[in-house]
Amino acid sequence: MLGSSRKLRNAGAFAIFLGPSLLVFICVLLIPLLYGIFLTFTNYSPITETMDFVGLANYAEVFSDKVFLAQFGKTLGYVLYATVFCNITAFVLAYILTSKVKFQSPVRTGFFTPNLIGGIVLGYIWKFIFANVITQIGKAMEYAPLSRSFLTDPDKAIVAMVIVTVWQYAGYLMMIYIAGFVSIPKDVLEAASIDNATGLKKIFNITIPLMIPSFIICFFISISRCFMTYDMNFSLTAGGPYGSSQLASMHIYQKAFQSNRYATGQAEAIVLFIVVAAVAVSQALLAKRFEVEA
Amino acid sequence: MKTRARTLSILKHAFIYTLLVLFIIPFYLMVINSFKTTQQFVDSPFSLPASIDFKNYIDAFDKMNFMNAFGNSIIITIVSVAVIIMTASMGAYFLVRHKWRINSLIFAVFVASMIVPFQTIMIPLVTIYGRLELLNSKPMLIFMYAGFGQAFAIFIFHGFIKNVPFEMEEAALIDGCNKLQSFFKVVLPMLKPVMTTVLILDVLWIWNDFLLPSLVLLSPYQRTLPLSTYNFFTAFSVDFAPLMAGIVLTILPVLIVYLFCQKRIIEGVVQGAIK
Repeated sequence: MLGSSRKLRNAGAFAIFLGPSLLVFICVLLIPLLYGIFLTFTNYSPITETMDFVGLANYAEVFSDKVFLAQFGKTLGYVLYATVFCNITAFVLAYILTSKVKFQSPVRTGFFTPNLIGGIVLGYIWKFIFANVITQIGKAMEYAPLSRSFLTDPDKAIVAMVIVTVWQYAGYLMMIYIAGFVSIPKDVLEAASIDNATGLKKIFNITIPLMIPSFIICFFISISRCFMTYDMNFSLTAGGPYGSSQLASMHIYQKAFQSNRYATGQAEAIVLFIVVAAVAVSQALLAKRFEVEA
Repeated sequence: MKTRARTLSILKHAFIYTLLVLFIIPFYLMVINSFKTTQQFVDSPFSLPASIDFKNYIDAFDKMNFMNAFGNSIIITIVSVAVIIMTASMGAYFLVRHKWRINSLIFAVFVASMIVPFQTIMIPLVTIYGRLELLNSKPMLIFMYAGFGQAFAIFIFHGFIKNVPFEMEEAALIDGCNKLQSFFKVVLPMLKPVMTTVLILDVLWIWNDFLLPSLVLLSPYQRTLPLSTYNFFTAFSVDFAPLMAGIVLTILPVLIVYLFCQKRIIEGVVQGAIK
């Protein structure tokens, strides 16, 4: 009798404390995720209202869709370049800003600012910069590569996106690296100095190995965010010119909501999910192997 | 040796300040050009405006339906974040204090779900809620934010509550408090530092989010600020000067808040990333 009333009380507490949290999570995330996996095996479209089982046909279509594969390849390239340049910029900034520099704190604040602004607005800001400001500079200097907007050149539109991504995330990642620099014990660095390790040697042999956790976090953040880039892609280049800068996320959006091919779009989304998860997790596991304790 | 160190220091300063100027210049250009006419802007984007004329701002304010969008954004952000903090802190507390097998499973599912990209959820989400005819409502959007924000908030609260000693709650329970009272009176006040972290990250996320509201909020009067900026831009894409004013109007609220609590915001964002 006592046991069952205790169980009842526990169940009540479970419902009160965890119930709301679980309810929203299940309704918004879990059910759609599972339903989404189910959708990929059907030919669902809101226009035709069909929902027949088609097996793996959607996945077969995804892997034979040349446009999607090309754009997926482009996404991989974008993620690679954006991640590398964001992290190099952020690391160098953090290195300088943890040494003796005047006005450190306002400078950090300044670099961090772009991170506060949403992707849509960021894209619009840079649309003007690329279309009107940089072309003006190019014309004034009579330097041809700058006098035509990056955004109208199929080869350069994606470069423009990498630049904006670096601008957006460098200050954010910088803050994480700064936290990493600060956490390196002073005595280790002093010992290195006594042993005559200077400059670059000290960075590569001491600082970087001790900062592996910061690298893991920063790479994880930049990789997963870049894979999901949509807003900035949408407002800056709108995928153009001629679809040359359309990334995977935007492709999925258009496949589903513009071409009304929900099931195929969802299959692409699942492929994206698996790739993001695989890349992000394997980079973390790989980096962990280089980790050392101070 | 000494002169070398000095040259290095000068180079370092020159490098960092040049880069800072490059980082800040887009904002500066937005502001100065928002006071010009479109023709002046196209001719000379770098010159200072001849006079301070707020015509573009009035134009943008009007066409963006700024106050309405701003109000929508405020309501959606505040309510969503409040719901996330409330539900997630209670949920995380329960998961920490009751080490049942099902609870560790639930926690694992929460954590694992953080890696799922939004793009993988959006199509079935729109399908399900569209068929139930539940879209196009602010409460629904708030409900969705509560769902999407849950996992991360639970994770952060869980990590913090783990290190909160049980003794104080125990004392409260012995004094006759029930579980709810001891949570609200003893535990919740201690969560302030992590709460700020969750608050800052979620506010930034929801305030700036575009994709989810663009799928859920369909009628013009419900638009949030990013949506109305987008619509303003598509409708008036050739008239640059008012668009510039529109951008300044959109980012101004965030920058003002940032100016006053930059330390907290930066700290919150970094804490959220490190954990």
